[in-house]
Amino acid sequence: MRALVVDDSRAMRALLTNILRGIGAEVVQATDGRDALEQLRRTDALPDLVLIDWHMPEMNGLELVKAVRKDPAWKPMTLMMVTTESEHENMVRALLAGADEYLIKPFTPDALLEKLNLLGVPVPEQALAAVTGG
Amino acid sequence: MTLTEREEDAFPFFQDYIFAKSAIVLTDEKRYLVETRLAPVVQQANLRCLGDLMRALMRGDRQLETAVVDAMTTNETSWFRDNSPFEALRAHVLPERITANSARRALSIWSAACSTGQEPYSIAMILEAHFPELSGWNVEILATDLSQSALEKARQGRFSSLEINRGLPAAHLLQYFSRDGAHFQINDALKRRVRFQQLNLAQAWPVIPPQDVILLRNVLIYFDAPTRQRILAGVRANLRPGGFLLLGAAETTRELVEGFVPISVARTTVYQLKEI
Repeated sequence: MRALVVDDSRAMRALLTNILRGIGAEVVQATDGRDALEQLRRTDALPDLVLIDWHMPEMNGLELVKAVRKDPAWKPMTLMMVTTESEHENMVRALLAGADEYLIKPFTPDALLEKLNLLGVPVPEQALAAVTGG
Repeated sequence: MTLTEREEDAFPFFQDYIFAKSAIVLTDEKRYLVETRLAPVVQQANLRCLGDLMRALMRGDRQLETAVVDAMTTNETSWFRDNSPFEALRAHVLPERITANSARRALSIWSAACSTGQEPYSIAMILEAHFPELSGWNVEILATDLSQSALEKARQGRFSSLEINRGLPAAHLLQYFSRDGAHFQINDALKRRVRFQQLNLAQAWPVIPPQDVILLRNVLIYFDAPTRQRILAGVRANLRPGGFLLLGAAETTRELVEGFVPISVARTTVYQLKEI
């Protein structure tokens, strides 16, 4: 699985990257929405999953979701907001714009893996069992 | 079981003890968590109450120390925990019971170790979202747990964002919860679907109406073999013929009492009680 992590916080990018690499994903990073869009336009290996922060200096997460969903070629990508933004109204806006899931910061690694599992992203049995106690 | 049984409050001891052993900070509102997590440890060690457990730990019982730390550091309950049992409910178990009960127009589901409510509320969401044909039916979700404080939290239906993050699809959050300060409040319609009641599975059960589905997940593992057998016999006695039992992912069928047929569905196994 390939993943793109979009967050202006270096610490958050590192955390998300570590968790995703822990389940065997190839991870690239972008520092804001504009950087992410540029990378998506350039790449010939589109990510399967994009984790998107909301509040970022150059093009915020909501704008990025809207931009990605405009291009039919990018439709297969799964988009998940990972953000401190937890106002009901804004969550609705993100989902209506085309985000597939939503994770509120702060979160535990288990919560991220559970959300990925919900989205049908392959999470190795072992990693998930460690999370669910199953 | 509560922390204040026999006129003593063991909670401050466990706050200090668990912090010293695991660095987990248990604020006062985490009282339910201590009760819920440690009740099975008390039971398994044949102790009577959390005060007994406290005294055993003070004496330096290493085995109990491990059990307590394990219990307190395991992950919190998730919504739609493990996913596949809920998919099995949606795709197979509920449709089958709805067909079987179409004349009676009644359906009973029992979440037998409901902790802080995520399991019964997840079931209620499935009913709301996927079974509009049940409108006008008499549908009851009974949710029981040992811990009064876990039940109290479940009844309130108020969850932190950390709790909400655990496996709840965002669309469900938006549909069934409203924002309440830093918390999320489950809506009244969903709350009304669930009846919470205190029940100790290891002791004599009160009279429970016959059930179509019983969820007994991740709880048998805490009991010894004779107790497990007794609980499973109780489950069989309380299930309607053709009703279903759902166990936790790690729980085996080895000790299942006779009369159940394992059925593989949605990457999990459910157990159907044979029709007489």
